Amino acid sequence: MRLSSGTIRMIIPAASLAVLLVAVFYMQPRAMSYTGLNLLFNLAVPIALATIAQMLIMAVNDLDLSMGTFVSFTACVTATFLQSSPALGVLILLGAVAAYALMGIVIYVRQLPSIVVTLGMSFVWGGLAVLMLPSPGGEAPGWARWLMTSKPPYVPMAIVASIVIAVLTHLLVMRSSFGVLIRGVGGNARSVERAGWSVVGVRAAAYGLAGFFGVLSGIALVGLTTAADANIALRYTLLSIAGVILGGGEFVGGRISPIGAVIGALTLTLAGSFLSFMRISPDWQIGAQGAILIVVLALRLLLNRLEKRENNR
Amino acid sequence: MTATRALFGKAWIWSFAATALVWIVTVLFTGGASSVGLSQAALTFAAFSVIVGIGQMFVITLGPGNIDLSVPANMTLSGTLALKLMDVQDGMILAGLLVSILIGIAIGVCNFALIKLLRIPPIIATLSMSFIVQSTAIWANRGLRIKPPETLASFSTAYTFGIPNVALVALLLSFVAWVLLEKTIYGRWIAAIGQSPFAARMAGIPVDGTRFVTYVLCAVLAAICGYLLASFSGGAALNMGAEYLLMSIAVVVIGGTAVAGGNSNVPGIWGASLFMFLVVSMLNTYGFGAGIRLILTGFIIIAVILAAGGKQATR
Amino acid sequence: MNEAVMREEVVAARGIKVAFGAVKALDGADLVLRAGECVGLVGHNGAGKSTIVNVINGGLSPQEGTVSYGGAAGYHGIAAARASGVRCVFQELSLCPNLTVTENVRVMHGDLKGFGWRRRGLSLVSGQLDEIFPGHRIDCDSTVEDLSIAERQMVEIAISFAACTERPRLVILDEPTSSLDAGLAAQLMTYVRRFVAAGGSVLLISHILGEILSTCDRIVVMKDGKVVADRPATDFDTRRLVETMGSVVREHGFQRTAKEKAREPILSMEARHGSQLGLQAFSGEIIGLAGLGGHGQTEALLDLYLSANSNWWPAREPKMAFVAGDRALNGTFSLWSIRRNLSISSLKALSSRSMVDPALEDGLSDTWKKRIEIRTPDMHNPILSLSGGNQQKVLFARALATTARIVLMDDPMRGVDVGTKQEVYEILRAEAAAGRTFIWYSTEMDEIRLCDRVYVFRDGAIAAELVGDQITEANVLAASFAGGEAA
Repeated sequence: MRLSSGTIRMIIPAASLAVLLVAVFYMQPRAMSYTGLNLLFNLAVPIALATIAQMLIMAVNDLDLSMGTFVSFTACVTATFLQSSPALGVLILLGAVAAYALMGIVIYVRQLPSIVVTLGMSFVWGGLAVLMLPSPGGEAPGWARWLMTSKPPYVPMAIVASIVIAVLTHLLVMRSSFGVLIRGVGGNARSVERAGWSVVGVRAAAYGLAGFFGVLSGIALVGLTTAADANIALRYTLLSIAGVILGGGEFVGGRISPIGAVIGALTLTLAGSFLSFMRISPDWQIGAQGAILIVVLALRLLLNRLEKRENNR
Repeated sequence: MTATRALFGKAWIWSFAATALVWIVTVLFTGGASSVGLSQAALTFAAFSVIVGIGQMFVITLGPGNIDLSVPANMTLSGTLALKLMDVQDGMILAGLLVSILIGIAIGVCNFALIKLLRIPPIIATLSMSFIVQSTAIWANRGLRIKPPETLASFSTAYTFGIPNVALVALLLSFVAWVLLEKTIYGRWIAAIGQSPFAARMAGIPVDGTRFVTYVLCAVLAAICGYLLASFSGGAALNMGAEYLLMSIAVVVIGGTAVAGGNSNVPGIWGASLFMFLVVSMLNTYGFGAGIRLILTGFIIIAVILAAGGKQATR
Repeated sequence: MNEAVMREEVVAARGIKVAFGAVKALDGADLVLRAGECVGLVGHNGAGKSTIVNVINGGLSPQEGTVSYGGAAGYHGIAAARASGVRCVFQELSLCPNLTVTENVRVMHGDLKGFGWRRRGLSLVSGQLDEIFPGHRIDCDSTVEDLSIAERQMVEIAISFAACTERPRLVILDEPTSSLDAGLAAQLMTYVRRFVAAGGSVLLISHILGEILSTCDRIVVMKDGKVVADRPATDFDTRRLVETMGSVVREHGFQRTAKEKAREPILSMEARHGSQLGLQAFSGEIIGLAGLGGHGQTEALLDLYLSANSNWWPAREPKMAFVAGDRALNGTFSLWSIRRNLSISSLKALSSRSMVDPALEDGLSDTWKKRIEIRTPDMHNPILSLSGGNQQKVLFARALATTARIVLMDDPMRGVDVGTKQEVYEILRAEAAAGRTFIWYSTEMDEIRLCDRVYVFRDGAIAAELVGDQITEANVLAASFAGGEAA
């Protein structure tokens, strides 16, 4: 049987998550429980949401270097305005989503490099976050707290949420007729334009959606941590990019996979726990994440090569 | 008249004009009392941004997608290991510098090996590399904070003719970079690659070899900067490189180097570095907080890139 | 007057003139397509085939002349063309490689949306594929990049013929069979006949003359931006088609310097893509690569060049130099001055200890400014201040200024004015006489006639080798078109 390239792209992330999970269970059998799993994957939910946001940007061949500060910003809004005066908070978050859509338009119309524009925006979001919360504080809205800490039967919240995110975004990006356009712009913008579509509109929508998922990520994060600070999610920029890549996404060509991205985010979260179970000193945890990234990319290259050789035969 | 026009045609002049403006505004606010101190502080802190910025500029000149994110980790590792090796002995200062440079070379080689062998975009290759380097630095940094050798510490904090020594070092490195860029074959090659890698290849330029050298050069400059910064601040800290990730990119963009590649300039890096420091001190003087400062920085970067425009450059 | 004239017009383009700079791509061409007929469009490179297709599908506005859809004049553009049922299968594939076949249907047909679009799209495209290519084995849920080139082409054709809410009225097929095997091509042609019989209209462009002759009702022959023949297909046979495409002007004899072949070829390339012929070049020869555009000539040049140049180490002595045809893509460095663009390939000779000597560089640029007559007041001006022809001269000078013994040229004279061409030809001849070897891919017959030896490419391989007096337009045309050898 010939495997499609999409399937091949999914094998590695799924396999690496499974391998990591088995290794963790082997070393720490107590993790194989409701609370154990919840603890392992708790922080995965906001990371998964941020990864989805980054994935949408990468779907149209761009890259967002402001994801970390943007999630920090939305977390600060959630812990302050959204908690104290919900109407104003919602308005601010809507404005943030609109700002993302606008950014998508400006980048396309002026043909700017997305890396630099989002770099500039990362300062802006960071500054706004500092203005709101100069020192750690704020309080999570009750409903966000309730949502993130609820205990559904049999399966912990973190797993349920991850599955819901994966399924919903899969429907949106991979199955809906609109998602096709977003990926089409990444794959061959010229032919999408030739078929009579507005590329700028599609890109604005992709950016706006990314902003929306960034907002969700901030809310989820505050729901977990109960308070926020301006630097709460700075790591998310790099984590989200790594998550998309781990999950089989590519930088160009509209080749993305929402399920893969969520799995990538879970893998990155689990890698941290795994290393501490391995009794690897915390010094090497970041390094190990880098090494995992490299290994996965090398494996993928190898698989692609094999596939190509198979096709040429 | 034509001279003036030629001057204003240079992209870097604007960063200097802005710098002068901010300097005057700040000095006016303090009634002129701080002019010397402010200038010296600006030169000192700009020097570090200049050194990493030049390296980043060479990489960015290679064209869209080329960027080195391993700069901060690289600085930390080089500063940490060099101080550890020197172990407060004055006799080891040169050996420490050599180790820094070797670390830079090693990181640069690894960066490009990842880019080329795994065929991954530079941004993710240098990012993965920086994770590993950062971990190595954390591991090496354990234990006590080691002070730099006495002579080195006093050298890096002292002044010659009223100019900070680190600024002189940065000036020297800038001059070398300027010669490389403007006068040598290598400078022509990177500018050609940045404009069109395919055309460069068809003009007989060894594209991969040139890119390799450039990534190594950038890593070496970051390592030297780490060495100097650790000596200047009395020891290596784990987060000492953190702010230089965005800073190194920002000074390149504000300094008038084309983000789309192929066109770069060294003076602009100086203008932008001084400007970035002075904006911060101006806002401090006026009592603005960190938030406003960051927002302004962001808007400046976006304004510069909007004004420069990517359209004609990407064609 | 035959019966076809009486039928309803689908598209009518009359008196179309289009010029790109100094080059007249279309010089008063007429093309009328009616319902229920298949029209063949043939012509050699630069005849204006693609340009008129672009005018008809709305992608290009003519400077003069009118285009009307369904008899109604006045509105033009991609949207108008699509609304009038004009669909186009482009020569270069225009599917999104990262999407599945069904998803590509969605991109091409905007009215395919809402709940269940996937099912409808799937049945639409698979039904159409079954109809055109019965027995095909394409899984419409697979991603396009997993399909072979032939399968992609089949999918694109099927999507264009598919009727979502309204039927296509005119389908333009630009080299639709270039990657299909004979069986699939025959299926497509059978379908085209059925489509036409049902009242549709097809414009067929192909280099396979047999296909054109057997499928089309009417054949339009273009040359130099004009329609030179528009007659029922029954009036033509292969020989008459090739003759009509050729020059009306009598071939003027051109003096070729007979060269003694050196014993050892200076360059050779093995036969490939199933051809029997390899490529050989001897010192001092001008070798032409002919054939229709896009049949593997550029690829052959790139392969030759890249295999001789290291990507890692600077060459001490460059073996080959390359003159680009697509200046913007792989020729000029647009941010640089004329001088820097000229000297980039010979910096080694202009520098001591890796430092470029400005005096030597100025010397070189002044020498070549005079020798090749680059029309500029100052070689320090930006390269983009020059006209296209002068930019091309700079690229020539860049290659000729090197010490390379072999110069590869990738159709560099496209869109260059006649005066410039003559000047460059002179220099080429002088350089060849001095022992340089040129390998010259050209889409222009006049240039091919200048060569000592010509390889004609077809479908990525060398189809014929012509030497000396064999190099005639008729021979080149015959070898460029499949089925043309018989003529």
